[in-house]
Amino acid sequence: MKTRAQSRRTFLRQAGGGLSFALVFGPAGLAARRAGSPDTLDALMGADGPDGAAEHPFGAWVRIATDGRVLIYNPASEMGQGSMTALPVILAEEMDADWDKVRIEHSPVEPGVYGRSWGGGRGRGGSMMTAGSMAVRGYYLSLRLAGAQIRRVLLDNVAREWGVAAGELTTEPGVVVHAASGRRITYGEVAAFAEVPDELPEVSEAELKSPADFRLIGHSVPRHDVPAKTDGSAVYALDVQVPGMLYGVITRAPVHEASPASFNEAEVRGRPGVVGTVRLDYGVGVVAETVEEAFAARDALEIEWAGGARAEGFDSVAALEAYTGIADGESRGRPLSERGDVAAAMGAAANRYRADYFNDYVYHAQMEPLGAVASVNPTGDGAEVWAGTQAPDMARAAVARELGVAVEKVTFHPCYLGGGLGRRTMADYIVEAVKLSRSVRRPVKLIWTREDDLQYGAFRPMSLQRLTGGVDAGGTLTAWTHTVVGDGRGLLASGISIRYYDIPNQRIEMRGASHGVRTKHWRAVGHGPNKFAIEAFIDDIARGEGTDPVALRRKLLKGSPRAIAVLDEVAEMARWGEEPPGGRARGVAFVERSGTLAAGVAEISLDEATGKIRVHRFWCAADGGMVVQPRNARAQIEGGIVNGLSTALVERLTVRDGRVEQSNFHDYPILRMSDMPDIEVRFMPSTEPPMGLGEPGVPVAAGAVANAFAALTGRPLRHMPFTPNRVLEVLTG
Amino acid sequence: MPTTFTLNGKPVTSDAPGNAMVLWVLRERLGLTGTRFGCGVGECGACTIHLDGEPVQSCRLRLSRVEGRAITTIEGLSEDRSHALQQAWIEEEVPQCGYCQSGQLMQAASLLAANPSPTREEIVDHMDGILCRCGTYGRIIRAIERASAVNAAPAGRTR
Ligand code: FES
Ligand code: FES
Repeated sequence: MKTRAQSRRTFLRQAGGGLSFALVFGPAGLAARRAGSPDTLDALMGADGPDGAAEHPFGAWVRIATDGRVLIYNPASEMGQGSMTALPVILAEEMDADWDKVRIEHSPVEPGVYGRSWGGGRGRGGSMMTAGSMAVRGYYLSLRLAGAQIRRVLLDNVAREWGVAAGELTTEPGVVVHAASGRRITYGEVAAFAEVPDELPEVSEAELKSPADFRLIGHSVPRHDVPAKTDGSAVYALDVQVPGMLYGVITRAPVHEASPASFNEAEVRGRPGVVGTVRLDYGVGVVAETVEEAFAARDALEIEWAGGARAEGFDSVAALEAYTGIADGESRGRPLSERGDVAAAMGAAANRYRADYFNDYVYHAQMEPLGAVASVNPTGDGAEVWAGTQAPDMARAAVARELGVAVEKVTFHPCYLGGGLGRRTMADYIVEAVKLSRSVRRPVKLIWTREDDLQYGAFRPMSLQRLTGGVDAGGTLTAWTHTVVGDGRGLLASGISIRYYDIPNQRIEMRGASHGVRTKHWRAVGHGPNKFAIEAFIDDIARGEGTDPVALRRKLLKGSPRAIAVLDEVAEMARWGEEPPGGRARGVAFVERSGTLAAGVAEISLDEATGKIRVHRFWCAADGGMVVQPRNARAQIEGGIVNGLSTALVERLTVRDGRVEQSNFHDYPILRMSDMPDIEVRFMPSTEPPMGLGEPGVPVAAGAVANAFAALTGRPLRHMPFTPNRVLEVLTG
Repeated sequence: MPTTFTLNGKPVTSDAPGNAMVLWVLRERLGLTGTRFGCGVGECGACTIHLDGEPVQSCRLRLSRVEGRAITTIEGLSEDRSHALQQAWIEEEVPQCGYCQSGQLMQAASLLAANPSPTREEIVDHMDGILCRCGTYGRIIRAIERASAVNAAPAGRTR
């Protein structure tokens, strides 16, 4: 296989001499360093050295070859969200690079160089995790400043060479221009003589381009990864082949975290092609010469599981029902926010409302089952790893910990991710591959089957949301309580805040449970379930008060003109005031996620005989600040809505007697093409810094569908997913 | 016993066991990794290939069944991404994570081969069940429509 390292070296060999910049995002903001002393890219990279940190100790964001080609390193994982294009676009914009000459490579896994602060903007650096719709948002300012610094270095060099003032020089894409004399010089020509100072010049935010002058940002540059995803050539971890590679599969505990007490080791080891078996804390791995032999040997495993796992005997349906008792109970949970005097406002209310909402466990179902290739040194003191992960820095560190070696001993090759959805911030599958490889001292490709991926998943937690509200005699919503019950701590809390809704008295709390079933961030995290409950409850109140749902939300959003604008926009898109076609109804929802404000309207119909809801159309308006890649951003919102509809309508995972009941797509369905509505997305024009767009589509979906259903039938849907059976129960109940 | 068949126009022989699944033979023995593993049980379509021109799920196709027959994979759809569908996929910017897209393209290619100008219903009917977790369905439909418009253009004219 052609590794990234090889392809990069090829580029550099062809590139000849050129310039290289290293820009380090450190605690004091953006510092800059010269990347080592060699002046040519070949020398800098080493002609034949392995990929990784050792060759370029300070890392580098950009290399400019003398023929004008520009290599930009992308620090983010590419799981379909497009940031491997969006981030280089941001840097290239301020650098005024000629996009046709830009090449993009994965950056080395060096969080100290390529990481970003978790909160976005400048400051604390160091995380390379791609999650929470944070990539564009978190790197935006840093990469713009970096691009501007590089441009400044080019200008300074030309000014020196030509004996003119730097202030007289301007740039066009890939070219420095001296208007007074009509002279022009390409970046590649500059790279042939330019010198990079040890300290890059400071550039202030005020000196950055005005958005009106952007040539790339906001103009939908074609996604870098798309062509390779139309001919099968994009490389995912499962595609990696290395010489001498074996195949590994693992049987994991049917009850999460149970340990194998014993297994028929001798028998399995004696099977054809089997090279080794490996006992893990929660499973048994088999390594064999071929995939077929590995699968067959695994089928022959007979494992005795030790008792005592926390999830033993767990029944998710019964547990979810029991959440009602926890919500009823006197013991208060952890307060998440408290405002005003809820008891007094509730007491004074003219109308009081209360409703319980439920959601089941949800599985990530990223299209590529988990897997990784690991090659541990014969001496066990280092490894090479190929994996698709949302957190390559954490995965690399986890591998180093597993082997008891320094991080530098682990060479990490990031691959494309066949979807992430939050599952791939965990490194479990990568460390497993390392364990298997270490035990046989040969490279191993670990394959999770779909059944493995589902059964030993880590799920979006199920929860109960109890909401109460009080409306005063003047028709104003003055009191609000929200109690979420479930096992998942922070996973349950995201999105429970209603800071855009102006309700003076609020109490929001979380009550815990503990089941021993693995839980994890899932695209938009708690926003999915929480916004469903909140938005459905707002509509409950609107119905009770005889108020239009959009009008009620406008009133609640009065402190936020941007939020009102988003709501008005979607109302206009959906022609909210007009009657929908016969047999259909519309519902609205408003959410905030990752700094983006979004409003959605669903138009649905219902097959009353079968209970099947059909979503015909979905409109979404979003204010996510500047949109770097509008065409791709629309795709992200569309995809988010599809995931949101999928969890609202069909996805449901249950656990019985401690075991996950579903096993593959036949009993864990996800949304299909025939379920797809026409989706229309609009972004509010903005010059504010970009916010996250990977997730807001998710939480806006379920509430809008539930509200459309209530508009159609007069009955509320309060348990996600709204499967036909549940719908029929609601209709007849 | 070795199995001989035609793969993307060239004869190949595999000595993998006859009961091996074609998906894994293609991926792990013949190095054609563009055909993806998604579910292994015929429920997702990520592994779709053409067998004598018909779309089949290679995760459930045993090697012994392809003796003497012709297989086309995504790598053989065109030499250079020039198939009208591949062009349309790029123009509509269909892929997100991309993992399902080989199967989507192979399924779509079998549709256009039999029906160069399908209606939207025919497209959805034919494509339904090739799962895409990223939710690219809308763009897939548009790309197929675009490619069928290319097909329908009079000879000698490109759009
Ligand atoms: S992998 Fe063959 S249908 Fe899913
Ligand atoms: S593009 Fe990701 S599954 Fe279809």
